[in-house]
Parts: sequence; C-alpha cells; structure tokens
Amino acid sequence: MSELTVPGAARRPRRPDSPVLAAVADWLTMAGRGLRLTRRNLDAVLTSLALPVLLMLLFVYLFGGAIDTGTRYVTYVVPGVLLLCAGFGASMTAVGVTTDMTGGIIDRFRSMDVAGASVLAGHVAASVVRNLASTVLVFGVAFLIGFRPSAGPLDWLAAAGILLLFILAISWLAAAVGLLARSPEAAGGFSFLVMFLPYPSSAFVPIDTMPTWLHGFADNQPVTPVIETLRGLLLGLPVGTSPLEAVAWCLGILVASVAASGVLFRRRTA
Amino acid sequence: MPSELAVEAAGLEKSYGRLRVLDGVDLAVERGSVFALLGPNGAGKTTMVRILATLIRADAGRARVAGFDVVADRRQVRRRISLTGQFAAVDDLQTGEENLRMLGRLAGLPGPEARRRAAELLERFGLASAGRRTVATWSGGMRRKLDLAAGLVADPAVVFLDEPTTGLDPRSRQDVWRVVAGLAASGVTVFLTTQYLEEADRLAGRIAVLDGGRIVAEGSPAQLKQRVAGHRLDLVLADASAFAEVDRYLGGRALQRDPGRLTIGVATDGSAAQVRALLDEVDPTRRVVDRFAVHSATLDDVFLALTGHPTDRPDHGADLEKETADV
Repeated sequence: MSELTVPGAARRPRRPDSPVLAAVADWLTMAGRGLRLTRRNLDAVLTSLALPVLLMLLFVYLFGGAIDTGTRYVTYVVPGVLLLCAGFGASMTAVGVTTDMTGGIIDRFRSMDVAGASVLAGHVAASVVRNLASTVLVFGVAFLIGFRPSAGPLDWLAAAGILLLFILAISWLAAAVGLLARSPEAAGGFSFLVMFLPYPSSAFVPIDTMPTWLHGFADNQPVTPVIETLRGLLLGLPVGTSPLEAVAWCLGILVASVAASGVLFRRRTA
Repeated sequence: MPSELAVEAAGLEKSYGRLRVLDGVDLAVERGSVFALLGPNGAGKTTMVRILATLIRADAGRARVAGFDVVADRRQVRRRISLTGQFAAVDDLQTGEENLRMLGRLAGLPGPEARRRAAELLERFGLASAGRRTVATWSGGMRRKLDLAAGLVADPAVVFLDEPTTGLDPRSRQDVWRVVAGLAASGVTVFLTTQYLEEADRLAGRIAVLDGGRIVAEGSPAQLKQRVAGHRLDLVLADASAFAEVDRYLGGRALQRDPGRLTIGVATDGSAAQVRALLDEVDPTRRVVDRFAVHSATLDDVFLALTGHPTDRPDHGADLEKETADV
C-alpha cells in the first residue's frame, strides 16, 4: 500500500461488442469459477458422493436380499443411485446460487455487465461436470460389486443422453430454487426434496409392491420414467414409452426452470 | 466523454412500497474529483449508488455517468465504472489471485494479461504474499483491500465506493484512505458514500449531505463549514446549575451540548470582538463560564445545523478511541 498511484493499465480492456459473445465468454469464466469453488469445497463434494454410494451398498447388501426384482439387485438399483447423486449435486448448485445472490458478488458481476444468465449457467455447467464425475464413481463401485449391464454401445449412448438431460434439468431447477431461497441453508433444504423423490418411484423397489394408493404418484412422477428408461437401456429390456415420457418430463422441467430463473433473477435484482 | 461531468443526476426519485427513499436528488460530480455523499444510516446513500451504478432504476428523474445515460446506455456505463459495495464481493473459496484473474477475464482482458494485472494489483495493495491463499483465511482489512483492488481491474473511469470503511479497524481505514487518495491522484473520479464526517472532510473535494432522501447541503468541506459560522466557541461552565442556566438561555443556538463535561458550543466567526461579546451576553455576571475554547467548526456541527439532528454514528466514537490508543 505504499504506492499512491493506481497501477495503470495501458489500455482499457475490451469486452466483446456482441452481447451473445460476451455472454458466452462470461459463461466459460463462470463455469471455471464454479469448478474451482467445487474443488475448494471438497468436503461437501465428498459427502454428496459418499452418501449415494453408501446408500447403494446399504441397499445391495442389507435390503437387496429381501427385495425380489427379477434381476441381481445391484443391477436393478444403479439407475436409482445415479439419480440420487444428481439430487445431491443439485443441492450444491442451489446453495451456490443463493450464496451469490445474498452476498455482494452479484452486484459486482452486474456492474461489470455480466448477464445473470451467464452467472447461473456457470453454476449449472459446474453442476453437470460434478454429476458426471459422481456418475463415473457410482458405475465404478457398482461394477466392483457385481453390476453387469448388457447394454450395447447405442444403448449406453442413449442412457448417457437421458441421464445428461435429467442432470441438466435438475441443475437448472436447483438454480431456480437458489434464486428463490433467502439463505444458503434454505437452499440446502432443496436436496431433501430431490433426494426423497426417487424413493416413491421404481428406483429401489418395484412399484407394484407399494400400497395401491401410492401407485398413482409413483407411476406418474418424473423420476420413474427416467429410471425405467435407464434400466431398460442398461439391461437390454424393452423400454416402451418410458423414453418419451422421460424426455418430456426433463425438457418440461428444464424449460420451466430456465424461464422461472429469468423471472426470479430479474425480481431478485430489481 | 462528451461531458466534463463524471456523474450528473436530476430529480432522482425512488420508493420501496410506501417508503420514499430518494425524494428528488440532483447531483453533479466533476471528472477526476473525489465526491462524498454523506448521510446517516437510512438516508438513501446506497440506493443512490445502486441507481448510478445501473443496478436499479429510479422511479423518476435521469442520471448520466461517464457521459452515458444509466438506463438507455446501461452497457456503456457498465464498461466505465466499478462498484465496491458494503459487502465484500469476492469469493471466499478462491485465492486472491484467482478472484482478480476471474474479474480481469470478465472485464475482457485476455488470459495472460488478466494474470499480469492480478499480480500487479496484489503487489500494489500489499497482498502479494497472501495472494495464493484462499480469501477465507484473510483478515477483514485484507478482504476490503482485495475488494478495492477488484474494483480497479478494469481500469474504470468512475469508481463507486459504498461506505468503504464501515466496520474496518483504524489501520485498515487508513489504508483505504490512501487508496482513495491514490485514485484521485491518477485522475479517476471517485464517488463514495460515508456516514463519517471526518472521512468526507478528509477525502472529498466536494460533499453533498443526504438526509431523508434529499440533498440538504452541497459544497466543499470549507464551504459547508462556513455555512454554520466557521468556528465554534466551547464554553465550559462552572457547575451543573450554571450549565442548566446557560443551556436554557441559548436553547436552539447551542451547536453542541455535553452535560457530563459541562460544555456547550455556540457558533462564532472566531473574531475577538464577537467572542468577547458572546461571553458577555451569556455570562454578564462573570461567574458561570469557567473556561472557553474556540475551534474551527467540524462537519458534525454542519450536519447538526443543516439537518436539525446530530449524525447517527453508533460505533465511531469507539473507533476513534481505538485509533488514539493505537498511536
């Protein structure tokens, strides 16, 4: 602090003139930021990874023996665990967005002409990368404990596509929740909801073993068609209309969340 | 820049529900000057800064910053300003260097240049040794310095500082003051808000006093002080009954009253004739006034005279004591 003069940049930096180019450049910077913050928040990442994996082990070794699914239980349960992971990962996204909105940094970004969409999309991009890592981990552990899918390359590709779409939809939903929440703690509560959603679905037990009054919900909630599609693709079973339903749900959630984020961001920053 | 004014505002109004925060504010800030918007908590200072920094829109009125309209040419304004608010706007989980590099990229610097700029700013702000640690491990004063450095990454023409020293210890406050002085020397326009009269007096070439959403006075620190009387005669009274008597006699003319120290201050031009006349008027029997002292009026006196109520500064007294103890 000895110098009285300001470090003189020779010339004023230039943001791209096109708003779209600027938004894309900002988005990449924000995604890099999101990944750096993820690396520094390793305990939260590990928790969000360890819990679903532990749940998988719990289900496979403690409950799995008692659950008759017609296949090896580990093979049955993997899609559900993947979706659980997506829920946990999304909760970090919601917390990140709320932290930005309640701290001073969003004002700095906005006063630098960074679009809200770039900030949010940066969080979503980091969320997708986190989820891909957790997906790889879950598959790895699953293979170690006996997961043997019978999918061909095209099935794998389709499964990856559906999973990616689901992760994207849930991440944007998390961003919208993050904009809605007034505190990071409240945003964190979001994980509870998303984590709970796979239970009353076909993720862990077949729906026809549930009480009949629950069938209506379990059959028609978004997680079930995604699970059914993933399971069908991975095991080489007929998938029926599940992929269509899954894609419709995911796109619906995605579009609604992106639209809601736009409205909520403008309201939060008004 | 088409105009010699860095900031010009006319008739700005802003309400939140039924609460009227700004009630017709006019301002003009010359390029390259340091301007202080002075006012107590809740006067509307932050709202004013947020309107000028394009973050919110006024309900009525117009404003131009760096020659551009804050609504119509928002993007042009944003390329020429920086805002450092009351809350540290840096990521705790990034290092100081990463924070500055990220902001450099957002400002449009290519990667290597953003890196160079970050290193340069860390060096100048005395943060180089901490630059590779995450900000979560830094002290409050260091964070505020980083926050100020962050505002300079893009080489702005107008720098908005919203209460830059609130909550800082005396040493960090001095650091911030040095930064502001340095900015002024380099030709940047600084628009700062503060509730500390001393700070405005010390840093700013021009001061506007904001109270209840209106500008109640504007001018150089010297001009504002003149509006009271230039000087203040402090009378130390003999005892409590003398204090009560003089207090009753002076009534609203008292600029300052401190029953604990039996002291009452009144405005004077500082001339021997007027001081003598005042003493005779207040104390014709020559027994109630023990001692007296003549001071230049402080901005506190100005504030009281202009707004009819004293400044609201809950913790500043304690800060000043600490400052003395520090020396």
